[in-house]
Amino acid sequence: MKFAVIVFPGSNCDIDMYHAVKDELGCEVEYVWHDAGSLEGFDGILLPGGFSYGDYLRSGAIARFSNVMKEVVKAAEAGKPVLGVCNGFQILLEAGLLPGAMRRNESLKFICRPVELKVENNGTLFSAEYNEGEVITIPVAHGEGNYYCDDETLARLKGNNQIVFTYHGENPNGSLENIAGITNEKGNVLGMMPHPERAVDELLGGADGLKLFQSIVKQWREAHVVNA
Amino acid sequence: MSLMLEPSPEQLKSQKVYKEMGLSDEEFAMVEKILGRLPNYTEIGLFSVMWSEHCSYKNSKPVLKKFPTTGDKVLQGPGEGAGIVDIGDEQAVVFKIESHNHPSAIEPYQGAATGVGGIIRDVFSMGARPVALLNSLRFGELDTPRVRYLFEEVVAGIAGYGNCIGIPTVGGEIQFDASYEGNPLVNAMCVGLIDHKDIKKGQAHGVGNTVMYVGAKTGRDGIHGATFASEELTDQSEENRPAVQVGDPFMEKLLLEACLELVQSDALVGIQDMGAAGLTSSSAEMASKAGSGIEMNLDLVPQREKGMTAYEMMLSESQERMLIVVKKGREQEIVDLFSKYDLEAVSIGHVTDDKQLRLIHQSEVVADVPADALAEEAPVYHKPSAEPAYYREFQTMENDIPAVENYKETLMSLLQQPTIASKEWVYNQYDYMVRTNTVVAPGSDAAVIRIRGTRKGLAMTTDCNSRYMYLDPETGGKIAVAEAARNIICSGGEPLAITDNLNFGNPEKPEIFWQIEKSADGISEACKTLNTPVIGGNVSLYNETNGTAIYPTPVIGMVGLVQDIDDVTTQSFKEAGDLIYLLGETKPEFGGSELQKLTYKKIFGKAPELDLATEAEYQEKVLAAIRSGLVASAHDIAEGGLAVAVAESLFGKTQLGADIHLTGEATTQLFSESQSRFLISVKKENQHEFEKLTNAVLIGEVTAGNKLQAFVNNELVLEEQTDVLEKAWKGAIPTCLLK
Amino acid sequence: MYKVKVFVTLRESVLDPQGTAVKDSLHSLNYSEVSDVRIGKYMELSIEKSERPVEEVVKEMCERLLANVVIEDYRFEIEEAVAQ
Repeated sequence: MKFAVIVFPGSNCDIDMYHAVKDELGCEVEYVWHDAGSLEGFDGILLPGGFSYGDYLRSGAIARFSNVMKEVVKAAEAGKPVLGVCNGFQILLEAGLLPGAMRRNESLKFICRPVELKVENNGTLFSAEYNEGEVITIPVAHGEGNYYCDDETLARLKGNNQIVFTYHGENPNGSLENIAGITNEKGNVLGMMPHPERAVDELLGGADGLKLFQSIVKQWREAHVVNA
Repeated sequence: MSLMLEPSPEQLKSQKVYKEMGLSDEEFAMVEKILGRLPNYTEIGLFSVMWSEHCSYKNSKPVLKKFPTTGDKVLQGPGEGAGIVDIGDEQAVVFKIESHNHPSAIEPYQGAATGVGGIIRDVFSMGARPVALLNSLRFGELDTPRVRYLFEEVVAGIAGYGNCIGIPTVGGEIQFDASYEGNPLVNAMCVGLIDHKDIKKGQAHGVGNTVMYVGAKTGRDGIHGATFASEELTDQSEENRPAVQVGDPFMEKLLLEACLELVQSDALVGIQDMGAAGLTSSSAEMASKAGSGIEMNLDLVPQREKGMTAYEMMLSESQERMLIVVKKGREQEIVDLFSKYDLEAVSIGHVTDDKQLRLIHQSEVVADVPADALAEEAPVYHKPSAEPAYYREFQTMENDIPAVENYKETLMSLLQQPTIASKEWVYNQYDYMVRTNTVVAPGSDAAVIRIRGTRKGLAMTTDCNSRYMYLDPETGGKIAVAEAARNIICSGGEPLAITDNLNFGNPEKPEIFWQIEKSADGISEACKTLNTPVIGGNVSLYNETNGTAIYPTPVIGMVGLVQDIDDVTTQSFKEAGDLIYLLGETKPEFGGSELQKLTYKKIFGKAPELDLATEAEYQEKVLAAIRSGLVASAHDIAEGGLAVAVAESLFGKTQLGADIHLTGEATTQLFSESQSRFLISVKKENQHEFEKLTNAVLIGEVTAGNKLQAFVNNELVLEEQTDVLEKAWKGAIPTCLLK
Repeated sequence: MYKVKVFVTLRESVLDPQGTAVKDSLHSLNYSEVSDVRIGKYMELSIEKSERPVEEVVKEMCERLLANVVIEDYRFEIEEAVAQ
């Protein structure tokens, strides 16, 4: 399985994502610059964190118009796994691949620390390796992670089991219903504020994020073994 | 239009316009002599910024000479953007600290943010990848709205810049004291990694080579910032707001990536940040260091505002700009490289052989001055020095042991002193993990990052106890270096070198100059004994508000090498049953201590003593024990003494406790700030081997009891739940800010 | 040549933590008459000329980029500036 890590001007977790996949999963991975016109040959798309275009208008608002985003939309439509973390999540929201929007953290401060997450749905291709209800520790690092959507959208998210992760215990940013990560209706696009790529090595304080990447790879392998 | 408003050379002299720019009559006469004619307005502007203390160190040079700056691992000492130390395997660590005190006092968010941006550029202009940021901050007591505002905004500014550019802020230190009320200190340090082959210098070699300008456009922001930094703050200083620059971390992120790609190109000859004194210092210094000259056409400088004069362009301190020299004929490659990052690279001049800095604007030569005169020939002043009366008085005082009625309450109060209290509120606003190399996050003795692809790591810290420094600058200087080294050792690293940021008051006052001299003596001696040369730094003088100086604050930034990442040790106790040791002698030393401050609301007496030979011996032993795998935790005993150190070692671990048994006078045993002491925990099975290696004294045991108990002379004098202590310690700063 | 002023604010239904913080601060400065504060963005666009009606173009810009209509409202003012 081969991953693309999309690099926008101002991305800064690209290297973390790259190494998580390469060093810890042993998968093939390449950086793809924001002006790329094709994502052919990639089986999974990773949108890393950072401050694309300085997040100067709104987080992710400018990046969504990058050339490569057309290809990301195509990949999502083709059912390929697309994971957006932090700024990547914000870009997916701005691009309309996921519903809702981000507001500034309730505290108005950037917050960086490990938080506990509850796995609400382990039926997705991103979370199958976790147990349902499992509490995991993954760091957050953001200033705008306060997820919002209207009541109707929330009802749909719940009805379709699109809420994959919620904050367990203290909510670090004031997000609606403690939402930390959601998928699209089809379940192949996941956006989450916490950084699983920062939790893949015990040396750095924990490896609870590893199963997320393992879930993606396992699901892909199973699908491709069946198809072969 | 503003050109017409510039005074003529004759007016400059007769109306003494140069005085407003910070030059004295004698200095103006020197300029006249160097040029053999009267300087024009632009030229005198060049001299005024280059001869400011900030750029020339004219007042501190005689002191800086004292520092040991060489060593077998030093690849680059002071004089370039940042110093460089070899760490083996053809790799090196690059680091420097720099102050942004005055801008932060006026506009704290942008002042702090651009301070971070500037130090990052210093590191990547050497060709290094910045891998970590640290800082050292000083504020007044958190009991006025203004101080709280400065504190919150400075932290937000550091976070805003560092988080956006994606370099982890992994450590630092903060102290609060009334002397900083009107003049906070914001010192930022950046650490980078480089392969030896990529080391670049800011030198303009090769006649005919092209001088290029890259990065953000030049505006009128920050004009005369370097001069501003060399003046005392007064109540009028807020009116100088235009001198403060605005940072653009996104631009700098692009510039960083582009420059790191650039250093791989053999078309690059030299590169330097346009920092303080912007285009003037970068061009004059690059020419001077190479023994060449530079001619620039200012019409070609990318400008953000219309109608800028030569004077304004040369003195602007707009951020996120670099000056580079590239081989003639290779300019297009450079243009293409930068355009990939949506950045412009513009040819604005060329290298000459006449050693002159020559500027052309609107087809006229607007300045023609010797580059060496700007960069190297600033006057050097040996200021008079006088021992202050307060020091003589303090030295005659006997050690005073503050009266303590209730040891538990005293510990609780100490843990809530903002200087001791948890800085979580601060560092949780910093992205300290980005780039996924942070092995020891903020909150332990020194931060540690791993070097990907190797077994090695880098330990780093900033330290300076300015109260000791005030009581006795020489001893205080030794302590600052020793404590930094102790922090590195406790984290499992071997100290390599330091960078220093000398923050003092007005050097024209003999008592202040005495503080500068004495602390430099102390720092130098400690650096020699502990084998940590000074590879660069920064001087910030005139830190006074309305005539009152800050405490002398020479901040030490130290980096150490962790040979094997398995050696990494933290201050936290690990498991119930582990044995607790104290290494080092405890004496009744309370001068400048937290307990003295708490008890008397002021500080007095002698600073704690420091014997450098003992310090070096203990450090060596502790590092040997750590490398032998015998140490479960190690913590430097600092502010608040042993009791605070034990409490801190318990925090962050649920349900652990400690029983401590001490003999002697209880207040001294618990709260004295005697130096060269380590708190170490050891697994029981390692007891014998550990005791063979050190002469540490067994003082207790880690328990499962969630309770800290201290016995002195077999009597229980202090008992409290760990979580109660931790809650008080964590809550202190947020509580102060809510007031 | 047109000068366009665009105002973007959070929708009424969306909590504005920045506005709340400023309101609280004003109250602590004894401006008790302040009942609400909403913080938004102000942008100035200079538009040289446009094939389509300016109003239509600006509206489109707001919908596509300048505002996130999931949480933000926008309004704008268009002034025709005389070339100097």
